[in-house]
Amino acid sequence: MRVTTKILATAATVGVLLGLNYLFEYGFGDFRINAYYARILNLIGINVILAVSLNLINGLAGQFSIGHAGFMAVGGYSATFVTVYYGRAIAGLLGSSLDDATGAAVVMTISLLTGAAAAALAGLAVGIPSLRLRGDYLAIVTLGFSEIIRVIILNIPAVGGATGFTAAIPITNFFWIFAVAILTIVIVRNIAASTFGRVLATIRGDEIAAEAMGISTTRYKVLAFVISAALAGVAGGLSGQLFANPLNPQNLNFVRSIEIIVMIVIGGIGSISGAVFGATALTILPEALRRLDQQFPGLRMVTYALLLILTMIFRPQGLFGRREVSWAWLRRRGQDRPAAAIK
Amino acid sequence: MAALLETRAVTKRFGGLTAVKALTLRVERGALYGLIGPNGAGKTTVFNLLTGVYDATEGEMLFEGARIDGRKPYEITRLGIARTFQNIRLFPDLSVLENVMTARHLRSRQTLADAILGTPRHHEEEREIRARSMALLEIFDLQHTAGETATSLPYGSQRRLEIARALATEPRLLLLDEPAAGMNPQEARDLMRVIRRLRDEFALTVLLVEHNMKVVMGVCDTVHVIDYGETIAIGPPADIQRNPKVIEAYLGGA
Repeated sequence: MRVTTKILATAATVGVLLGLNYLFEYGFGDFRINAYYARILNLIGINVILAVSLNLINGLAGQFSIGHAGFMAVGGYSATFVTVYYGRAIAGLLGSSLDDATGAAVVMTISLLTGAAAAALAGLAVGIPSLRLRGDYLAIVTLGFSEIIRVIILNIPAVGGATGFTAAIPITNFFWIFAVAILTIVIVRNIAASTFGRVLATIRGDEIAAEAMGISTTRYKVLAFVISAALAGVAGGLSGQLFANPLNPQNLNFVRSIEIIVMIVIGGIGSISGAVFGATALTILPEALRRLDQQFPGLRMVTYALLLILTMIFRPQGLFGRREVSWAWLRRRGQDRPAAAIK
Repeated sequence: MAALLETRAVTKRFGGLTAVKALTLRVERGALYGLIGPNGAGKTTVFNLLTGVYDATEGEMLFEGARIDGRKPYEITRLGIARTFQNIRLFPDLSVLENVMTARHLRSRQTLADAILGTPRHHEEEREIRARSMALLEIFDLQHTAGETATSLPYGSQRRLEIARALATEPRLLLLDEPAAGMNPQEARDLMRVIRRLRDEFALTVLLVEHNMKVVMGVCDTVHVIDYGETIAIGPPADIQRNPKVIEAYLGGA
């Protein structure tokens, strides 16, 4: 893509997102988006960021981390902290306020960047000593890390402790969430399609051979870990400042980490399209199954679990495997299988 | 001028077992140096020492006059020593072409930001990596399989692919660990031709470990025989074949 095409594409995306965001907040004519659906849509966006970023380390680099909720917590609390304690002052410096679009946008940017930086530092601190470990050992260390973070947060009154960060100011909106989600997909996709993506594939494939190719496996594992953590931190910052959805240590335990892992496993580990699909499906599914609960109380989570189990039995490689949805892929399928296309 | 590769009294002990005992070798530039010995003689250990997988217990190793002992495997590859593995280690879920492309990373100049932003430097370099990797596949007659999964290739082709991948790192010294293992006689003959061609066209020095005597005697100009970690003979192939100590090591004492 030429530079001008890229700028145009970015401008168009931002324009569309801003338009949709306006529709979300003010509606169009008599039309208003149902708040419940809007909330699910926003959660999809946040889960897409989490799943795609986790895919970088668990899928592309083949390292098994189960501490994603920990990085989300570090980033989320740092970002929200900035807005709660310094947001008004920052907006004031610009002669604006948090209720004003410009003021909120500046504060949001600063808050999310702080969240990303804090989570990246946490990723570095955990990654350097623990990425020499493999498989189960790395999983245990990352799990332990995220639990430590959770317990620390529980004991900081300034961020709400056990009651959650209820002082959060809801300045996240549809625009921010989906702008970051798209950015995350672009970043991870571009890494995957480059020489760095191949480096991660060598680490996943055979570390001894990777080193023999002149690749410092530790260095790139830490790098992938840090990027992944930073993006999870941004997701935390978005989710902590979403309307009526304050961060709470209870929701940031290892079950949350497992949830994100399930998203990428169901989608197809290593596939970005799969992560996006998994995040979307697993955000909608529990909600869609609520109707079932109205008729047959208690069946909701049973059905949910059953669907996950069936997926793993019939598609152990995940719905997408390692494949990506791309224009080239769609065209190829169209040509190879005319019968399927007609049907 | 110093030899390309030199080891001085390198010893490797695993607990009570001395796998390599006081190994001293000199590999001159442009040499085809063969390291042979019966099973368990310590040949692969020598390779692992030279490439930094193991640390030597004693002794020094020099590449182009500079010490390489204590360096990490990826640093040694960057210095210009590439290797293949006895039990093939290709990247299983990558294609044949991608396997070779991975080895171009260490000569890559693009930054992570280039890749994320998709800068012209990134696109230019990706094209160059692809073209160079394809050219290497052609040398080994693997260009038609470029898109296939590496591990789906026949055994002999996998071995050739490993050599192509090692060459993509732009080495000055190539270490081949049993390159002819599992090859039929025709494949082994082709391999010998390729090894000679590599030395001549790429100004490469080759150190190889091999069981296949036809290959060793046919391709090497110097043969170094070790047994139980100890050097028992060094010389041109013709002398080695007549050396009574070598014959004894291979066939057992009378």
